[in-house]
Amino acid sequence: MSAILKHREAALAAIILAMVAAIGAYAPAFISIPNIVRVLNDTSILAMLALAQMMVILTRGIDLSTASALALAGMISASLAQYHPDLPVIAYIGLAIAVGILLGLINGGLIAILGIPPIVVTLGTLAVYRGMIVVYGGGNQVNASEMGDTFQSFPKLTLFGFSTLFWIMLAVALAVWLFLTMTRTGRGLYAVGGNPVAARYCGISLPRLEILVYTIAGAISGLCGYLWVSRYGVAYSEIASGYELTVIAACVIGGVSIAGGVGTVAGTLLGALFLGVIVNALPVMQVTPFWQMAISGAVILAAVVVNARAEKRGVKLILPEARRAAGAAK
Amino acid sequence: MTLSNASPLPHGGGPVLSLEHISKSFPGVRALRDVSFVLNAGEVTALIGENGAGKSTIVKILTGIYTPDEGEVRVGGAPKRFASPRDSWASGIAAIHQETVMFDELSVAENIFMGHMPVTATGLVDWPLMRRRASELLKRIDADFGPDAKLKQLSVAQKHMVEITRALSHEAGVIIMDEPTAALSRNEIDDLFRIIAQLKAEGRAVVFISHKFDEIFRVADAFVCLRDGEKVGSGRIADVTEAKLVSLMVGRPIDQVFPKRDIAIGGTVLKVEGLSNATEFADISFELRRGEILGFYGLVGAGRSEAMQCLFGMTAPSKGRVMLNGEPLAISSPGDAIAAGISYVPEDRQDQGAVLELGIRENVTLASLAAHVKNLFLSRPSELQDVRKLGKRLDVRAANWEQRLGELSGGNQQKVVIAKWLAARPKVIILDEPTKGIDVGSKAAVHDFIGELAEEGLAVILVSSELPEIMGLADRVLVMQEGRVVEEFIRGSWSAEDIVAAATGVRKAA
Repeated sequence: MSAILKHREAALAAIILAMVAAIGAYAPAFISIPNIVRVLNDTSILAMLALAQMMVILTRGIDLSTASALALAGMISASLAQYHPDLPVIAYIGLAIAVGILLGLINGGLIAILGIPPIVVTLGTLAVYRGMIVVYGGGNQVNASEMGDTFQSFPKLTLFGFSTLFWIMLAVALAVWLFLTMTRTGRGLYAVGGNPVAARYCGISLPRLEILVYTIAGAISGLCGYLWVSRYGVAYSEIASGYELTVIAACVIGGVSIAGGVGTVAGTLLGALFLGVIVNALPVMQVTPFWQMAISGAVILAAVVVNARAEKRGVKLILPEARRAAGAAK
Repeated sequence: MTLSNASPLPHGGGPVLSLEHISKSFPGVRALRDVSFVLNAGEVTALIGENGAGKSTIVKILTGIYTPDEGEVRVGGAPKRFASPRDSWASGIAAIHQETVMFDELSVAENIFMGHMPVTATGLVDWPLMRRRASELLKRIDADFGPDAKLKQLSVAQKHMVEITRALSHEAGVIIMDEPTAALSRNEIDDLFRIIAQLKAEGRAVVFISHKFDEIFRVADAFVCLRDGEKVGSGRIADVTEAKLVSLMVGRPIDQVFPKRDIAIGGTVLKVEGLSNATEFADISFELRRGEILGFYGLVGAGRSEAMQCLFGMTAPSKGRVMLNGEPLAISSPGDAIAAGISYVPEDRQDQGAVLELGIRENVTLASLAAHVKNLFLSRPSELQDVRKLGKRLDVRAANWEQRLGELSGGNQQKVVIAKWLAARPKVIILDEPTKGIDVGSKAAVHDFIGELAEEGLAVILVSSELPEIMGLADRVLVMQEGRVVEEFIRGSWSAEDIVAAATGVRKAA
């Protein structure tokens, strides 16, 4: 989209590579092919949730309910498997996505139609959706032994060494990229976030786009709900608790502007990968769990500071010589 | 800062403040040239002139926002340099603006004393003292609200009272009111005039800026008239007539400023019948033909932009019909209007038009994306074709068409916004104050361009507050006043005086 963003993404990629190399120097096993594949598989859910969150943030919104929606959809899907273990896997995935869409529509409707600020609406639904899991499941959990094989085996299937998790993430990323760069609606998301008034004059309707992005975010949360529960083999009220903050952090690290209108698929994927590498590397480096939290947090802050500095670099080219220089640099 | 040390102005007759040979230029514009006048204690001086005559530059010099290039401001006989608004405030000058700038979520007392709150010996805000002083001051102007009310609960008129109280809290000797009545009802205006009378009686000098002649004649003692940055007249209100003031304000052969293009006018494109909405405008009816430039003239706040925004689908009309090429048109959103072939270039082109984070290409095609969809997806080559053509035509200066709009200069950003509206291939284009904030050189280019659009067969609506611009470009002019079209003028049989008189309601008042 612009030279600065391209630079920023390249810089982030370089940082990740440097980090991986440094960790590899300390623990060579970390840079083995199987481990890298594991990290990528492991980061797929975060990446998908971050892509959904990015689209929401582009419109100057935020979806804090994403982890709760994930958990509720995962729980409902798991309980379908519990009572009907022999359905085709698409039924479990479909149900999870359908639940996610419904939850996303509720968010989008409250935000777009009633005009309540997104942070307020999704803070509310964060608690409500989480609470619904307890109401729905009566506080019980669904264990691996109760879910049936069809439900559980799907995310563990592999193709060219990568699990279905990874391939699904790739498909979602490609779809989001096409949507954002090649469709009118996608362009509209950048416009409403960049300048809502100008977008309105151009006939771009913010409420319609809000309903759309929160619904897409819900659908992706639902999909991830199934993947999460089937992968870890357990569904209960606390899964992915607090994960929405990790998702938002991935966006911010990836250069998505909380002020809206700025963000790319590549940046967001790199943001997710950055966190994925850290989370997977710290145990390898025998850092205690207590320090893991603090270190992740510090790294996130550092990344945000770097981003904020990059943001300030936007300069106007008014001097003829500066314009020529910019033209020549291209 | 405390209350007691700020009363450097003499009260009770005589000159309080004088401007001596003030000049001020901006790049490409001479805003003020050798302007001198005196404000007397206990008098209301009306500052009059067309938009762009230099009134707001004077206000900004008096309030320390601009410093003059030449000349000086004297307060109580002593020359003063205002390096910042704080200096001007400390010299006893306070301004009350059209759109009150205050703190909605805070109390009246906090608003009055913002920046100079009384403090106790320990350095904490002395709330009891502040509230007591606030209520004393409010009582002085008979305010019907107390110091604890939240500002956002007040009406516009009441907010003005808070601003006046704020000026009083500082014992300001000069109070500048910039179109204070623009948003007020008749009763509220009466209240304001009562307060002005009281300020006069207390020996303060009041500068009253208004376009409404009936108000000027009701409240002012003296007047200063500006035109094109120069003082063209001053004196006692009692010695002039409305007609005399109008001719002072206009006073120049306008028709020769722009050569009008000779354009063949075609058939009716747009027909508007009785367009109304509940609070802003009523019974707007007109026809617009191919190749025609229809001017909408009026004072700021006459409802012109509001009517145009309604025509463009930004707001819903309560009544009225719109026909485009003979077909009735249902417009319920800007998207409908764009699809029907109506473009609207808003007044504030940067804030309401530019998406700074997107590139030039993405900005130019934003209102016409449907035309670039090939096989479900946007086609970049197709977008670039339009962008290149329009970019060249409007002479957009950029490193490349993907450059982020935020990296361009303001003038180039405006060109991109205009390109966006032309890219929508309109039949009717509405230009709202197209030369506002543009320097003299670029103005001529914009005027030339507007003529070119009409020549190409577009029907153009030109909303402008600048009389020379309207009279130079338009084939017909509709004058709006207080939300209604009050008169229509045809090129060749109009005079600047008549148009201004219609806009200011002089006829009606006389």
